[in-house]
Amino acid sequence: MSDDLMVPEPVRVLRRQQELATTWTLELESGRAGRRSFLPGQFNMLYIFGVGEVPISLSGDAGQSETLIHTVRAVGPVSNKLAALKPMDTVGLRGPFGVGWPMAAGEGADLLIVAGGLGLAPLRPAIYHVLRHRERYGRVILLYGTRSPDDILYAGQLEEWNKRPDVEVHITVDHAGDDWLGKIGVVPSLVPTLGFDPEDTVAMVCGPEIMMRFTVNALRDAGVEDESIYLSMERNMKCALGHCGHCQFGSTFVCKDGPVLSFDRVRGLLSLKEF
Amino acid sequence: MKSIARIVCEHPFFQGLDGEFCDLVCGCARNVRFNQGDYLFHEGGDADYLYLIRYGQVALEIAVPGKPPVRFQTLHDGDLVGVSWILPPYHWAYDARAITLTRAIAMDAHCLRKKCDEDPVLGYDVLKRLLPILTSRLHATQLQILDVYGAPEQLE
Repeated sequence: MSDDLMVPEPVRVLRRQQELATTWTLELESGRAGRRSFLPGQFNMLYIFGVGEVPISLSGDAGQSETLIHTVRAVGPVSNKLAALKPMDTVGLRGPFGVGWPMAAGEGADLLIVAGGLGLAPLRPAIYHVLRHRERYGRVILLYGTRSPDDILYAGQLEEWNKRPDVEVHITVDHAGDDWLGKIGVVPSLVPTLGFDPEDTVAMVCGPEIMMRFTVNALRDAGVEDESIYLSMERNMKCALGHCGHCQFGSTFVCKDGPVLSFDRVRGLLSLKEF
Repeated sequence: MKSIARIVCEHPFFQGLDGEFCDLVCGCARNVRFNQGDYLFHEGGDADYLYLIRYGQVALEIAVPGKPPVRFQTLHDGDLVGVSWILPPYHWAYDARAITLTRAIAMDAHCLRKKCDEDPVLGYDVLKRLLPILTSRLHATQLQILDVYGAPEQLE
């Protein structure tokens, strides 16, 4: 094992922006040159010295990676500290790690990108990539589901993408008051309404695991092949190198073999609890 | 201008229905229009109609005492609004309100139930069309109840 991959590099926070009530986006120095190049779907390990380390997806544009963008929801001791970092504070950085979204395998096909809640963050680099190389892809459909209108992540950006004639954006929320004029319902229920060609579609799905299970069911019902459905799995990653076994998922190490995995690799394991 | 028979039988809910049955159910149908904010029906009311949306958006709502109503689903072009018309004692379980101008086909539930009762083949066909809708809405409700976005997993 290379020591280098296990040793966090201290980098500074350059900018901090609140996205939602408990969700913040951090812009970090990229550190040494090798960290500037990442693939959509990869993650970094962010370390708060003396507290702990967590995997956080890269959510910025891999094509403009002078700095690193991470969107963090404050849900535990480490992420609470991360979300509270201010510009010029220091954080430990390891990465990038993992296998990203199938950007090359999706070329020439229609793309169905399905995000739930904070799951839009790991998919955003893929969306940036698709928009930069729009001519390489067929129809591009983005489905986004979240809890309520107040919980829509990157709302301004979704609005901008929705204005493009070459991207279809469908947003739905679980619950809303009468001031919301958009769709209400769960994101998998949008799948049968799209009228896409399942044989020519690559689906990328990220969100809470239960949402992904229901979405996979809807995609399979619509005729999308298992090997054309890609999921970003969330597991308790520690070493990020496939050594410690914390994120072992059957015979798969999510940190090293994933986090993006095709459904045919995780079929039958999706409903298993972490072990 | 399309005839009401053509509109009904081209609607996703009745698409592919046998021609003879189509004529039968069209006898129960009429065009209706709801302006933004109009209620299609209220919770507890008699489920005398079902609605096939041709154009527009309808919100299903539950009234919460002392608070604004909670919207839990929106239905759009091609969707069916209302399933209580088939389930005794035929009372609506929630409110339905047009949130945009909505054009729909209103099917008289008494008329449709009578025709389904008189011809079990038609009744079975209609039930087979309703069941997937009921099932998918049940699954959606399960997912909503789980509140998967509201309680993030603790992996730290």
